[in-house]
Amino acid sequence: MTAGVSAPARRAVEAEALVRAFGPRRAVDGVSFAIDAGECLAVFGPNGAGKTTLLRVLAGLLRPTRGRAFVSGVALPGGPEARRRIGFISHASMLYAALTARENVELAARLFGVADPRDAAARALDAMRMTPHADTAVRALSRGMQQRVSIARAMVHGPSVVLLDEPFTGLDASGAAALSNALGVLRASGAALVLVTHNLDEGLSLATHAAIMRGGAFVRYEPRGPIDPRAYAESYRTLVAPDA
Amino acid sequence: MPDAFGAALLIARKDLAIEFRTRTAFFSAVVFALLAIVIFFFAWDPTAVAASDLAPGVLWVIFTFSGLLGLHRSFGVELADRALDGLLGAPVPRHAIYLGKAMANLVFVLAIEVIAVPAVALFYDMPLGGARGVAALAALLILAAIGLVAVGTLFAAMSVNTRLGELLLPMLSLPFFVPIVIPAAQTTARLLAGRPVAESIGWIKILLAFDLVFVAACTMAFPYTIED
Repeated sequence: MTAGVSAPARRAVEAEALVRAFGPRRAVDGVSFAIDAGECLAVFGPNGAGKTTLLRVLAGLLRPTRGRAFVSGVALPGGPEARRRIGFISHASMLYAALTARENVELAARLFGVADPRDAAARALDAMRMTPHADTAVRALSRGMQQRVSIARAMVHGPSVVLLDEPFTGLDASGAAALSNALGVLRASGAALVLVTHNLDEGLSLATHAAIMRGGAFVRYEPRGPIDPRAYAESYRTLVAPDA
Repeated sequence: MPDAFGAALLIARKDLAIEFRTRTAFFSAVVFALLAIVIFFFAWDPTAVAASDLAPGVLWVIFTFSGLLGLHRSFGVELADRALDGLLGAPVPRHAIYLGKAMANLVFVLAIEVIAVPAVALFYDMPLGGARGVAALAALLILAAIGLVAVGTLFAAMSVNTRLGELLLPMLSLPFFVPIVIPAAQTTARLLAGRPVAESIGWIKILLAFDLVFVAACTMAFPYTIED
């Protein structure tokens, strides 16, 4: 286990030649990047490009096969100290259907050692405009509402790194606005974001760094700065066309 | 951050709240237990086998198999919507997840025992030996349940992600249940026959030893079963 090994510089999130293989297949193949606090890396790519696997490695849920990844200088998969800093929003809601929205978020707050879990859960649900449904069982909520609760769950402990896997999927306009607002607040407070999405407009509107992933590798990676969204979209189509 | 025991209590409380609301595993286990008691009762020839010889076996068959229903369910709830990722992503030690699951499973098995023991006593007309006998039997049931749950929780975690999980769990667990069930059944037989506890002390020591070994080994092994 490499927990506790520190990267030379304490970047918010850093990957060095990261590889994650499943048998002979490399789902993530030599990915390197670094972002600082308050920055956002948007990762685009077709289905099966390895984006979700990359996020699961960064969330400490999968062990890297080769290479290294760090969150705030702590090598992943890391221990409780690394996981405390991470908020992970995945395809799946990670919620318990029999519990209410409030109970789910409060459980996460307690597991993350938040000082006032009840209040933190209420604030997180309010930020996602879910207060009127806080005491409804998750199984009785629509898919979009479950997604909002899932986002509240991932943010209740004020993570310094947020990993988002297609977070806008299933959200209506109100939910998307609440999420954008919550991400803005998190970034302003110094959180780093890694966002995986198919939607170029959505990703580029948030990103300070952008990458296109194909076959497990970054085929294009750069700070966003001068990127022209239209030219980037054209480049994306060219780069992922063989997989499309 | 909560310590390991605090996190385990949170997880156990969550599991019990889910089971209390859905009651799926508990009702299945209780119905199975009662049906098994009735079937054994009608298949029993009292002129050939004494009740005191049959009842301990009936009890432990019921506890073993109805316990498996709850054990399978305990990690099944974590698979839906990948809730297990939420637990694994929390800053709590991995063994706290195991201990929390095991605590909830222990309550589940004990609740089945509380229903099944009086039912067996009623059907087989078994005297439980007054307050002392009941206390001794209760202590034995708790000891044995700890061993069954310790092993079963680990194998439930291992088998839940497999395609044949429902088949794999009993196949993996039952051989490891044997060193728990034999001393438990032997001691139960003596207690139900009204024999003094001292007569079973050897079996109880074996049961205690297996409890300690299983709890320690399974707690240490658990992180390796869920990390990818």
